[in-house]
Amino acid sequence: MRPDLANDVLWLTGEHLVLVASAMAAAILLGVPGGILLTRRAGLRKWLLGFASVMQTIPSLALFGFLIPIPFIGGIGPRTVIVSLALYALLPILRNTFVGIASVDAAVCESAVAMGMSDGQVLRQVQLPLAAQTILAGVRIATVTTIGTATIGAAIGGGGLGVFIFRGIASVDSTQILAGAVPAAVLALLADGGLGWIERRLSAA
Amino acid sequence: MPLVEFRDAGYRIDGKTVLSHISFAVEAGETVVLLGRSGSGKTTALKMTNGMVFPTSGQVLVEGRPTVEWDPIRLKRRIGYVIQEVGLFPHFTVAENVGLVPKLEGWSRPNRERRVDELLEKVGLDPAEFRPRYPRQLSGGQRQRVGVARALAADPALLLFDEPFGALDPITRHELQQQFLGLTRDLHKTAIFVTHDVREALRLGTRVALLQGGHLETIATPPEFRRAQSGEARAFLAGLED
Repeated sequence: MRPDLANDVLWLTGEHLVLVASAMAAAILLGVPGGILLTRRAGLRKWLLGFASVMQTIPSLALFGFLIPIPFIGGIGPRTVIVSLALYALLPILRNTFVGIASVDAAVCESAVAMGMSDGQVLRQVQLPLAAQTILAGVRIATVTTIGTATIGAAIGGGGLGVFIFRGIASVDSTQILAGAVPAAVLALLADGGLGWIERRLSAA
Repeated sequence: MPLVEFRDAGYRIDGKTVLSHISFAVEAGETVVLLGRSGSGKTTALKMTNGMVFPTSGQVLVEGRPTVEWDPIRLKRRIGYVIQEVGLFPHFTVAENVGLVPKLEGWSRPNRERRVDELLEKVGLDPAEFRPRYPRQLSGGQRQRVGVARALAADPALLLFDEPFGALDPITRHELQQQFLGLTRDLHKTAIFVTHDVREALRLGTRVALLQGGHLETIATPPEFRRAQSGEARAFLAGLED
């Protein structure tokens, strides 16, 4: 491999990681509290889960198109890409947080309440620890998908490994395409393996 | 003053009457067994005692004060509760499960540890062996013992039992019933105990309250109950003969 290509791979992998990490941080910060809220406000379930499901059905290029004209969150560049990726990642996290907490054994929650735990104590000491594995599974699915989807971000100047892929397609150069696709696949596998390992550790506890 | 008093208490939800006009009192040291079929309202009545459910008519008084006037958390921490499927926390060890209420109450660590050991011994489990175990590493009977130890942890005067021995084999069940009698007598605890098993009711109760369709049919000592003439009481007593 040419040394300048190797340098580019490192640089763009870094950019890619920043895109994915920012989007995942935003999705987790919204999705986990959102999922908790859903377990406590039944009326919101249809709306929030519906919104997140609809987001998933919008093709990513179209979503970029919708977001570009919106002030503050839109525009050309990584910001729009991060917002879109976060919206895609929201559903699995939101849903798994909700399902994880809702499927904690009712007898366990009831005895927690009967022992005089406050709502916050039941959540922190009982529901979240017991739902952690399911929530993490949602984060894992979302992360792996986001790593792949983030390659499309290069279409609107978001940077990341997609830059290679678009460049390779334009110049019919499979080396360039592989230089983007292989590191993206490796990142996805590492993320899957790493988060899967944490998930198994949680289930052993 | 009775420890618990139901005064014409009723409960309706979604237009359906679960309990109506329930009145009885539980004096300190008594074990009142709420006996009834599924859907008779006995578990709801139990949950009214510690404010898991509030009456929609009438009142339930604990230590002379209506449950609605109690701080809901203080009320629950003063009352031990043992649930049917035990409800032990699967991610807590036996010691953490038993020491939970003392911890919530802010006891110091050494006090908590001492209390946990004392309680495990009381319910017949060797502390050294059982402290570090998780609930899934216990048999059904052992889990139930831990559940009883947990309910006793903060030394509540009143204990509530919701069909705690329902899922156990007959031998373990009998052992735990004997232990229950020992504990309530030695520790002078007051208990309200829900069951659908008339044998259990007559063995454990100082009085048996029979519920049918949300009404209190009869409340009587076991010998009186055996002579009761109401249809529902006879139906339950018929179960003793075979």
